[in-house]
Amino acid sequence: MNIKAIESPVLYSVLLLLFLFVLASALTVGPVDIDLAKALRDWIDGQISIESLILFDIRLPRALLAMLIGATLGVAGAALQGLLRNPLAEPGIIGISNGAALGAVIVFYYGLAGVGWFLLPLGGLIGALVAVSIIFLLVGQNRSIITLILAGVAINAVGGACIALALNFAESPYAMQEIVFWLLGSVANRSVNDLYIALPFMLVGWGMVLYCGRFLNALTLGEETAKSMGFDVRRMRLVLILGVTACVGAAVSVAGNIGFIGLVVPHLMRPFVAYEPRRLLLASGVTGAILLLIADVAVQLLSANGEMKLGVITSLVGAPFFLFLILKSRNTLQ
Amino acid sequence: MSLLSGQGIDYSIETIRILEAIDIEVECGEMVGLIGPNGAGKSSLLRLLTGVEACTRGDIQFDGQRLADLAAVSRAQRMGYLVQGAMAHWPFSVEKVVELGRIPYQKWWQQASSEDLQKVEAAMARTETLAYRNRIVTTLSGGEQTLVMLARIFATDPDLIFADEPVAALDPYHQLHVMEIIRNHARGQRAAIVVLHDLSLAARFCDRLYLLNHGKLHCSGSVNEVMTRENIAEVYGVDSQIECNEKGVTVTSLSRIGEHHP
Repeated sequence: MNIKAIESPVLYSVLLLLFLFVLASALTVGPVDIDLAKALRDWIDGQISIESLILFDIRLPRALLAMLIGATLGVAGAALQGLLRNPLAEPGIIGISNGAALGAVIVFYYGLAGVGWFLLPLGGLIGALVAVSIIFLLVGQNRSIITLILAGVAINAVGGACIALALNFAESPYAMQEIVFWLLGSVANRSVNDLYIALPFMLVGWGMVLYCGRFLNALTLGEETAKSMGFDVRRMRLVLILGVTACVGAAVSVAGNIGFIGLVVPHLMRPFVAYEPRRLLLASGVTGAILLLIADVAVQLLSANGEMKLGVITSLVGAPFFLFLILKSRNTLQ
Repeated sequence: MSLLSGQGIDYSIETIRILEAIDIEVECGEMVGLIGPNGAGKSSLLRLLTGVEACTRGDIQFDGQRLADLAAVSRAQRMGYLVQGAMAHWPFSVEKVVELGRIPYQKWWQQASSEDLQKVEAAMARTETLAYRNRIVTTLSGGEQTLVMLARIFATDPDLIFADEPVAALDPYHQLHVMEIIRNHARGQRAAIVVLHDLSLAARFCDRLYLLNHGKLHCSGSVNEVMTRENIAEVYGVDSQIECNEKGVTVTSLSRIGEHHP
């Protein structure tokens, strides 16, 4: 069997065109129909109108947030699958998502979400940081990757249990509903502020992960060989996991848990990059951005009243799609 | 000239002694064989010599410099390590696997340069793997995969090659092919250290042998000095027949010696 990757310029041109198209469609969609041309004119003239407010203060931040979160989940999924050399890995596996979610839930639980807009994402980020610190404390000097996964699974379970506890003792049905809706994952009703708080962490996280790209390629031949190629495997692993923590922690902090993007996107893109873990990072990032934007447009089109949550649709579509991918690719991945 | 030398190498994992007081020397142009029964510490010694693991005590020098002081990048450029049962975890094409050998020459943001691709080409030619360059490496036979992994090492263009049981589980044709390729590398300013279980292949291809037993060096020297009936009986616990003729040395294990072997 022969494989041939699509040459990078072609791949990225196609992805970029798709991305622009999806972004443009995302900006035209919303509960209110507005005259986009007028919004743009007003914005250029520096006039504040309903149209320009809706376009630049509501739709654009929302689309950008969906895009950044999709990119983060794609990059993080590809990075973890490369690190663990396991196509079933996803950002949730090392406990970061649930750690971040728990941090945010605690903010909700104590009713702090209304005190300051920054407390919710801050709580999420602290949760992610605490989760990853505990994992590294648990793993300690042990060098095996299995211990790392098991510690992640354990932290995930503890995070889930604490979230359940918070729901159990939630003050009112309203508070409980607030937490549940947040956990389902959404980018609706977010502001530019959420963008500002998440973006730096995402950029740093992406940078750290991309820095590990060459290491992920070397890891294709195993840890021992990677070491002989001059990599300090433990240091690189730390950089990669901290990078994933920074960007996924930021993503979960502003949008809740959005599943399956991190799992499915790397699968989808792998054949297009000849299975190369390093090239997969960027390709998965761009594709993740596109897919989450599409999902967010779909969410807005499908639900006229009482919006469907973004995390619900990614899971609804993602899970069967993932099954389909496994059935299709079981011959190449043994 | 000595390319690699180790004096008084001790290695322990927690309290378990793996290697004790090993002295080893590899000259330029030499192919050195590490032999010994299972668990003798051959692979551990190889890992210490490649710098992948640090020894508990002792001194390892590579080309006149302490191995521990050598920058990871130059270590990676000058030494190639073929791990036991090397395999690719993703369905890479053969060409892509060989290209991985150029990683020590690339910065983290760089892609393969035209010089890199030339080296990849040359490495595939040298190992006769050009014919299946576009095939997926995981679908190849064991022998072909070993050749591809060797090509990956040649793409790095190292001075010293370490190979951990490169011919275990290969058919006789591929065994000879792989051994010949490594032998041809170990000439001039270059050298190779190979862990082997096949004593006949070790005797035929290596210039010198180090015979390990229970983490200690039983003996070392030329093939004739090491490959004796007494040594093999003592270390492996088998009675053997050693034939030397103009075509090379053949070692045949005949029978186990009583309760000798632990």
